[in-house]
Amino acid sequence: MLDFLSQPFMVRALLAAAVTGLATPAVGTFLVQRRLSLMGDGIGHISVTGVALGLLTGASPTLTAVVVAIVGAVAIELIRSSGRASGDVALALIFYGGLAGGLLLVSIGGNGVATLQTYLFGSILSISVGDVWASVALAGAVIGLCLALLPQLFSVSNDEEFAQTSGLSVRTYNVLISVLAAVSVSVAMRTVGLLLVSALLVIPVATAQQFARGFRATMLWAMVAGMLASVAGVVTSWYADVPPGSSIVLIALLGFTITAPIGILLQRRRLARVPFEMAEPPDEHTVEEAHGHLHGPGCGHVAIEHGDHVDYIHDGHRHAVHGGHYDEH
Amino acid sequence: MSAVIEVERGAVALAGRPILRDVDLTVRPGEVVALLGANGSGKSTLVKAIVGLLPLSAGEVRLFGTPIGRFDDWGHLGYVPQRSTIAQGVPATVREVVAAGRLARRRPFRPASATDRRAVRDALEAVGLADRAHHQVSTLSGGQQQRVLMARTLAGRPDLLVLDEPNAGVDLVSQEAIAQTLADRARAGTTIVVVLHELGPFEPLIQRTVVMREGRVAYDGAPTSLEAAHDPHCEPTEPALRVPPMSGLLGEDH
Repeated sequence: MLDFLSQPFMVRALLAAAVTGLATPAVGTFLVQRRLSLMGDGIGHISVTGVALGLLTGASPTLTAVVVAIVGAVAIELIRSSGRASGDVALALIFYGGLAGGLLLVSIGGNGVATLQTYLFGSILSISVGDVWASVALAGAVIGLCLALLPQLFSVSNDEEFAQTSGLSVRTYNVLISVLAAVSVSVAMRTVGLLLVSALLVIPVATAQQFARGFRATMLWAMVAGMLASVAGVVTSWYADVPPGSSIVLIALLGFTITAPIGILLQRRRLARVPFEMAEPPDEHTVEEAHGHLHGPGCGHVAIEHGDHVDYIHDGHRHAVHGGHYDEH
Repeated sequence: MSAVIEVERGAVALAGRPILRDVDLTVRPGEVVALLGANGSGKSTLVKAIVGLLPLSAGEVRLFGTPIGRFDDWGHLGYVPQRSTIAQGVPATVREVVAAGRLARRRPFRPASATDRRAVRDALEAVGLADRAHHQVSTLSGGQQQRVLMARTLAGRPDLLVLDEPNAGVDLVSQEAIAQTLADRARAGTTIVVVLHELGPFEPLIQRTVVMREGRVAYDGAPTSLEAAHDPHCEPTEPALRVPPMSGLLGEDH
């Protein structure tokens, strides 16, 4: 049954997938909170240039990808925070500049687009021992920083203005999130590939927030969901002989599809459980006497919802139905 | 003791358009000041400039005697924004949001201390939400969310509270809870500056009102209502029906 474990390359692949699946959603939680879900996609595009530089110069493509991704992510953050109206256009220029530049550099190097394919779609089954250790180290650093600075990063992502008035350097923390995103994109490049990397940043978070109530809980469950999807995806690719990138992302999506209805139900129950607050229970019981008029929808009196019943404004005071008579409120 | 807030000939321009002009304002320790004005009179802009969220185009703001550009004693300042993003995006519990109010007094990479946890608990109790600590913020009513914002700021135990329309779009129960909390803070000696559309339940604790009109201070003195300050832009409020104002009716104030 577990015959794939006898294959060293599968053990390496599973290990790399597990740490990637843990680390990427940790950063993804902050990106989703800041409505930057597609930032991972942009960093992925830029990383193509990084990979191409590595292939061209003979340096490790993973290393050059990390460096270029960080530079690109910081540039994106600085353009975004400068708040120019043309910010998203500038981002598009960077994204496609990165992708086109990468393709150009690869052809100059004579490597052909086929070489690039392993980075675009992932090549986790051919990952080396050194790559596994690099992935473990980078993923560990990402997870460590996300957890250690969780209160600060949460505050900055949750309410930037308040964070600023509590003395946090909003720009520093935002740049840090971008750098962490860039590092996790480079790590996930080997697993799911640059074109699908954003999925691993976002989908586990979308899954976890269906049932988690808190930010920290969402982050931890997203990490669990990301790891499970990654490991299950690699195993599936072994049995079904499909590219691991696609099986990982599709399994992550399956997880979301299963939890989404549960999330809707939970949310409804939570909202229903929160009671309506009243200043004080209406203890004084003043019965309006000899009231000939029957209040009801469209009776001509202003209706106000009041807790579990409806009051009607009547000559400047409020009437509430109580048994067969009306109470003064 | 010197002034808590000093604004000297302060001016703010947004996108080249002057919003505040020549504003002078001094708030002394322990004062409770209401900042009134019609929509667009610049009262929200003034508090944002005071807490350092908007740069001045001219003049100076000093907090506790330090120019805002060099101010770094953020634990003393407590800002309560008018609208917040706390209920958007990834779920967050009431406790997590309120704990963010401790960060001015916490150092990075250090876990929360017993003092931090106690301050969060006390702040939740002060606004009457202690039983909601583990609820998801987005499941609370608008008024309760405003009280969460209030608790987050109180958790930092500030000496100066700056609140931007804490009763906008808030049910009467929450308005009274917020006014009660502010009265407690005022008795404890906290300096309070609060932007209001109308005094409402805050009336008993206000010692001084500043009325803004077209980006300038139009009145500064004993408590008064907007109408009494002869603001031509203000429509009289309807006191007959005590129906809580709904969010959106008051409009955004810049």
